[in-house]
Amino acid sequence: MSTLTIAKGINNGLRRSMERDDKVILMGEDIGKLGGVFRVTDGLQKDFGEDRVIDTPLAESGIIGTAVGLALRGYRPVCEMQFDGFVYPAFDQIVSQVAKMRARSLGAVKLPIVIRIPVGGGIGAVEHHSESNEAYFAHTAGLRVVACANPEDAYWMIQQAIETDDPVVFYEPKRRYWDKGEVDESAEAGPLGLYDARVAREGEHVTLATYGPMVRVALEAAQAAAEEGKSIEVVDLRSLSPLDMDTLAASVEKTGRLVVTHEASTFLGMGAEVAAEITQRCFYHLEAPVLRVGGYNLPYPPSKLEEEFLPDLDRVLDGVDRALAY
Amino acid sequence: MSDIDVASSAGAEGTEHIDEAAVAALTAPVPETIGDGGPELVQLLTPEGERVDHPDYSAYVADLDADDLRGFYRDLVLVRRVDAEATALQRQGELGIWASLLGQEAAQVGSGRALRPQDYAFPTYREHGVAWCRGVNPLNLLGLFRGVNHGGWDPDEKNFHLYTIVIGAQTLHATGYAMGIQRDGAVGTGDADRDAAVVAYFGDGATSQGDVNEAFVYAAVNNAPVVFFCQNNQWAISEPNDRQTRIPLYQRARGFGFPGVRVDGNDVLAVYAVTKAAMDAARSGQGPMLIEAFTYRMGAHTTSDDPTKYRVSAEVEVWKHRDPIARLKAYLTAHAMADTEFFDAVDREADELAATVREGCLSMPDPEPLSMFDHIYVEEHPVVEAERAEFAAYHASFEGGH
Repeated sequence: MSTLTIAKGINNGLRRSMERDDKVILMGEDIGKLGGVFRVTDGLQKDFGEDRVIDTPLAESGIIGTAVGLALRGYRPVCEMQFDGFVYPAFDQIVSQVAKMRARSLGAVKLPIVIRIPVGGGIGAVEHHSESNEAYFAHTAGLRVVACANPEDAYWMIQQAIETDDPVVFYEPKRRYWDKGEVDESAEAGPLGLYDARVAREGEHVTLATYGPMVRVALEAAQAAAEEGKSIEVVDLRSLSPLDMDTLAASVEKTGRLVVTHEASTFLGMGAEVAAEITQRCFYHLEAPVLRVGGYNLPYPPSKLEEEFLPDLDRVLDGVDRALAY
Repeated sequence: MSDIDVASSAGAEGTEHIDEAAVAALTAPVPETIGDGGPELVQLLTPEGERVDHPDYSAYVADLDADDLRGFYRDLVLVRRVDAEATALQRQGELGIWASLLGQEAAQVGSGRALRPQDYAFPTYREHGVAWCRGVNPLNLLGLFRGVNHGGWDPDEKNFHLYTIVIGAQTLHATGYAMGIQRDGAVGTGDADRDAAVVAYFGDGATSQGDVNEAFVYAAVNNAPVVFFCQNNQWAISEPNDRQTRIPLYQRARGFGFPGVRVDGNDVLAVYAVTKAAMDAARSGQGPMLIEAFTYRMGAHTTSDDPTKYRVSAEVEVWKHRDPIARLKAYLTAHAMADTEFFDAVDREADELAATVREGCLSMPDPEPLSMFDHIYVEEHPVVEAERAEFAAYHASFEGGH
């Protein structure tokens, strides 16, 4: 076992993938000598060379568009978008090309591209550096979307994403990059599949579903609630497309209540899909409507207000209390 | 504007009978859309079919014999005939839409014939002539226009990528593919069967797209083996060149750090020579190049377009005299490289090919409804599988009810 941060977990996962398959290449802005603005690719260009760890021109559509061409030639590009808000120049290439090319070719083409995006707020940044845009990509058929929340998942999920023959949008919880945890790097494979949800904490009274940076908030909320005698089951969804509805439905059938929380706006966010699906699957088990606790439907506010915008422990517990009140 | 001012002031000084409109017409710059491409235009065969020399490019056609030239002629005629048949099929309701290449046959055949088997082409949605040269069955191209698929061919079979409809997006794919060739060590080895390059097709309108400009940057800084082949057909649907650029397009290349050349896009020999030179250079490790094939879209943008609303027929008449097929026919005839028998035989072959394409189009089966759930992902996706099952069950519920 080693103690790793999330950033180091991804770094080690990338390294292991690159050692295993010389078709794996990394592309992005400042990912070479600098190691990326979050140092996630630290040291990899030194060890694997400039042909495999490519400092790209400062043009995101170019990163994804050339990754498509490299994938067509048999490579497995792992692209870094420097910040969540900078993926939009590449939106057309991702949605119109990456997601659709396999269907366009009737299965002749595959595009094993990973698009890494540091996601979410809470770091006191200027505009465009704190966004949660997962719903755009989860809504796009042809893409897979996953979100890691701890060092162990960071280490394994990045490797699994790279091994996937489909394009994967890989969300990294920006404000948790330096959270530490134990990882068994000597294992042959990770404990879970890439698309499996995980019961992060067992409980009885209400299920709290979340992913990415909000997993830690949910676990802290469950701890606080336990001290008041309320038992929260926390489900880390891990994968947003596909969603592991079986694991979540099993939890809700046990607890009878579900609160979904994420940083993104609740309006047409992931929570809306989860609520609709769970209502359909677990209608006769539900003691309360599915509730959502998330960001408000507005452009991400200036950082002095972000603590008011982001769901925190108190707002999550307020949602839990409202669910329990039914 | 000063021309008119001069005429007016001359009148003020008492000069008689100055027809200001006539002076303006005589002295106004020739619109680019009917211009002849200017002095830097590479041309080896004039519109009249005269063979002219070019210091840099004559060498690239020196080894072409009469068979090769007859082959070019045959390609041009067959491609035009298939295109005409497709337009007719659209008019008869058999295709939803068709993007005609009429007028651009030489740009496509000349460049397509300059490629080697290991090279790779990334087309727009109008490169039917390039597809022909790569050996792609013309019927493959009709599927997406008929609405039975979005393309549906395996690009690796003929190294001819799927048609890309989003303007300019494929130039980045081409550049990335070229970066892959570099990483495979398949450039600059001197092995003619191994070294490969990529050609990216796009139009004059596409040069305004961010993706095309990003592709230029990526190709330049990586010295990638990619040739950017711009068919400047003068019109981006209804917008003429001057809505896209203030300088000749080939001159854009210099700002990105690689050479650009303007070639007579209706001269199959010149296009072949220029493309061959550019592909040779790219394969040998000299990096990217921009070719601007100066040509003209004789027809509409697509069958849904109405060019009479935005351009004058006189302009089309000017370009009719620059027809790519007529000039090669004149040259072959004048040099006794082909006779009436040959030309008639090509016409017959073209009609037969058109009939085959028509028959193939009409007998193209509609896709099975359930097939729309196929090939969305490589690995199974539960939402797709659930909806496939739901769709099947819903339709099965009607069985016996009819």
